Amino acid sequence: MLNLLGDLGAWGLQALTRLGRAHLLLLAMLRGLLEILRRPRLLVDQLYSVGVLTLLIIGVAGLFVGMVLALQGYNVLSRFGGETALGFMVAASLVRELGPVLTALLFAGRAGSALTAEIGLMKATEQLSGLEMMAVNPEHRVLAPRFFAGLIAVPMLAALFSCLGVLGGWMVGGGLLGVDQAAFWNGMQDGIDFNDDIINGVIKSLVFGFVCTWIAIFQGYDCVPTSEGVSRATTRTVVHSSLAVLGLDFVLTALMFG
Amino acid sequence: MNRKRQIEIWVGVFMAIGFAALFLLAMKISNLGTAYSGELFHVTARFDNIGGLKVKAPVTIAGVEVGRVQEIRYDPDDFRAVVVLGIQDQYLGKIPDDSFAKILTAGLLGEQYIGIDPGGSEDTLKEGSEIGITQSALVLEEVIGQFIFGKSQEGAGTE
Repeated sequence: MLNLLGDLGAWGLQALTRLGRAHLLLLAMLRGLLEILRRPRLLVDQLYSVGVLTLLIIGVAGLFVGMVLALQGYNVLSRFGGETALGFMVAASLVRELGPVLTALLFAGRAGSALTAEIGLMKATEQLSGLEMMAVNPEHRVLAPRFFAGLIAVPMLAALFSCLGVLGGWMVGGGLLGVDQAAFWNGMQDGIDFNDDIINGVIKSLVFGFVCTWIAIFQGYDCVPTSEGVSRATTRTVVHSSLAVLGLDFVLTALMFG
Repeated sequence: MNRKRQIEIWVGVFMAIGFAALFLLAMKISNLGTAYSGELFHVTARFDNIGGLKVKAPVTIAGVEVGRVQEIRYDPDDFRAVVVLGIQDQYLGKIPDDSFAKILTAGLLGEQYIGIDPGGSEDTLKEGSEIGITQSALVLEEVIGQFIFGKSQEGAGTE
């Protein structure tokens, strides 16, 4: 019995120290902003690997999600003679929910896992310690640019996802299913409010970008420096990021649209 | 062209696409591109029943949108709903003050909006003035109830 309690206590303390380390890392990365302002080059390199290389998967996914939304929405709406609301339905579900959430999930899988593996391997091969030996702060020089690149890239990718989704929905709705074009666009513009929908969507994706990149970098930085440790950390990144995004999405939706 | 420059160009393309997407979301997909953002003047109207009228519902004259519903509240003194209409400034001094405001429905099950029928008065609506003549929303249940009541009265009369 006493053993069991001791185990529980040890587990709790471990979880708390991990949380503490994660927050210390976050503080260190935020302080690294000065270093980035001095050397913007670091940020540009990371924006390439985190943002540009994720463009393709986000674009294709957005297009297809929009097309599927239009097909399914048409099936339901045409029963009530409400095909004209198709544009609004597609755009609202993309801008409010699917754009930020799916972008964050894809980002965690495509870029987050890569970040964890890269940083974990740097740690395993003692490159981070090497930097420290040369009096270069690895948190400022290596981690902070990756963090801010993720923070910038996710909202942009989410906006692109929503745009291409609407385009896909319009291609299927207007082209394939023959929904009236004017009704499609007017219904969308009437229903979507700039402050309520677009801004809230951008805030959502900013939060998701923050959380996903933070988790990815922390898992890499905190991993056991062996090949098995890196592989576990990569898995944890994807699992934790996805769960955090889905859970936070509920909280944010309740706050914004509740 | 060296590799560094190539990366910079791609990041530039990425940023440009991102901003373009945000711009498109704002202007093409949301109401920012179509919304009227100029000055408004306010007119109140009292209704016995506003049905499903909501804030931001359009206010139209002859079917053309001239403003939006700004505020809806209940006045406990005369048991009526007070609706504040925000009307675009360009129509200030052009709507007669004996105009008739009614709550209409777009289509059978559509959104409710306010239609204004202009009157014949020389004086016009100004900031803070009130539309005196109004017609409540059509509540489907009441109409059906009246219809059934009328039918049963008819039946009782002929007997």
